[in-house]
Amino acid sequence: MQVDEATVRRIARLARIEVSDAEAKGLEKELSGILDWVKQLDEVDTSAVEPMTRVVAQKLKMRDDVVTDGNIADAITANAPLAEDHYFVVPKVVE
Amino acid sequence: MTDLTKLTMAEARDGLKKKSFSALELTDAFLAAIEVANPALNAYVLPTPDHARAQAKESDKRLAAGNARPLEGLPIGNKDLFCTKDIRTTACSNILGHFKPPYESTVGQNLWDAGAIMLGKLNNDEFAMGSSNETSAFGNVVSPWRRKAGDGKYTSVKLVPGGSSGGSSAAVAADLCLAATATDTGGSIRQPAALTGTVGMKPTYGRCSRWGIVAFASSLDQAGPIAKTVRDAAMMLKTMASHDPKDTTSVDAPVPDYEAVLGKGIKGLRVGVPKEYRVDGMSKEIQKLWDEGIAWLKAAGATIHDISLPHTKYALPAYYIVAPAECSSNLARYDGMRYGLRVNGNNLIDTYEKTRAAGFGKEVRRRILIGTYVLSAGYYDAYYLKAQKVRTLIKNDFDEAWNKVDVVLTPTTPSPAFAFGEKTGDPLAMYLEDIFTVTVNMAGLPGVSVPAGLSPEGTPLGLQLIGKPFDEETLFRTAQVIEDAAGRFAVPAKWWTKG
Repeated sequence: MQVDEATVRRIARLARIEVSDAEAKGLEKELSGILDWVKQLDEVDTSAVEPMTRVVAQKLKMRDDVVTDGNIADAITANAPLAEDHYFVVPKVVE
Repeated sequence: MTDLTKLTMAEARDGLKKKSFSALELTDAFLAAIEVANPALNAYVLPTPDHARAQAKESDKRLAAGNARPLEGLPIGNKDLFCTKDIRTTACSNILGHFKPPYESTVGQNLWDAGAIMLGKLNNDEFAMGSSNETSAFGNVVSPWRRKAGDGKYTSVKLVPGGSSGGSSAAVAADLCLAATATDTGGSIRQPAALTGTVGMKPTYGRCSRWGIVAFASSLDQAGPIAKTVRDAAMMLKTMASHDPKDTTSVDAPVPDYEAVLGKGIKGLRVGVPKEYRVDGMSKEIQKLWDEGIAWLKAAGATIHDISLPHTKYALPAYYIVAPAECSSNLARYDGMRYGLRVNGNNLIDTYEKTRAAGFGKEVRRRILIGTYVLSAGYYDAYYLKAQKVRTLIKNDFDEAWNKVDVVLTPTTPSPAFAFGEKTGDPLAMYLEDIFTVTVNMAGLPGVSVPAGLSPEGTPLGLQLIGKPFDEETLFRTAQVIEDAAGRFAVPAKWWTKG
């Protein structure tokens, strides 16, 4: 599997990570190497196998659909890069 | 007075009970040791002396009043992946910046409620992605161990403490805490324990709550202790484990008293030795160590059985689909809007991209990109679904083995501790560090690494025991037999205290 520069750019955009030209070159090789290596899984016949979901079968617990927490706006916005009156201040989203 | 930092956790517990020393004296001894060692070892990214002394004073009151809790007054280190209320938590990534969680992890809360004292936050690979503690935003952790040259003298070559819990393993080995919290996604407790002569226990997936632990790969992440002895690890896990309504994957099952099984022996225990772990390129010393381990368990009354785990070789490639996929999904939350770093760009997307490029280190970016690729449109079935099916086959291999054996014995790592830079050039070479540990995470099983010998260069080597789901008791019982036979391996010289 060969990952080319266009593919690196496409997935970097999907992942929202800026990649420099020099980095993109290195990543082509690294990602190709890793993806080639994981391709060995193709040797395994999994046609009749269910994907693993958990170690020991367990019934998912249910709880009452009620509010268990709240009124902690101070705590929630305390770590924001920018906040005002309990709102997160973010760059303009709609042009 | 004897050096209090050299005590095991169980010895310290006895000393406090007998009033041979106070919790504050014990805490001060560790804080002084950290101050001397940290410039050289970089094990702690944030010592918390004031917090520790306040906890110690409270513990001394309780000890005096006769209402001590199970871990009363015992100082430990806390991996920086565990959120600590109002105390900086970064996962050793620049993207979290100066994040101060408004809450405590459940595992941490269990420890503090039991009376344990937090000495500080421990270094780790960024977001726990690494096997050498070379990806931390706070710099490398240096192992307290050193290699011997041909003339028998120790060299000054800096060795890695393993990873991702490299701060935890180095701090425990260097007597900078009695024990430490750690996490294990593909070997991050057991591999650093093996490389530093410490005991590292990764419990069954679901044994400990993941709530308040910075997420890496949610279907694999599990918390556990790194400690000086098997008994100490048993004390730690007993307190760390609990059912937690805040983590639906935590299991609602009673937590046994792990200390109670120690010394019960292993007469009649069936030990499996998987042929697939005899990999090409395994070093001679590791092979010898494994044979010694087999002999010790046999001498203690266990029976040894050859077993086959045919899908072993596929565990690592499947892991490097599952873990990056889940990582790319988990780390999508770091967008620079609600907490952590923000680097302003020309528009919203530019801000996201600049923030994440600046905030994540190289290995984390690489894994996010791999994960994004394998989850992108059209590839889900070929990669993630395929890997999850391979996981079922790996688990089936073990289910089959449990019909014949009670526990599986393997080496923990394919080779002894390496020096900085030796494996950083090639991501695949570093990924192979986890070849013996990663199957355990893929199958969700418990595994423990126990120090078992030294390499010809004088550095520690570990053996791994793998158990049935939720059968940590058998692992502790068997690990104790290995520890009794092999002895303990202390760092020969605290070179960082000189000059």
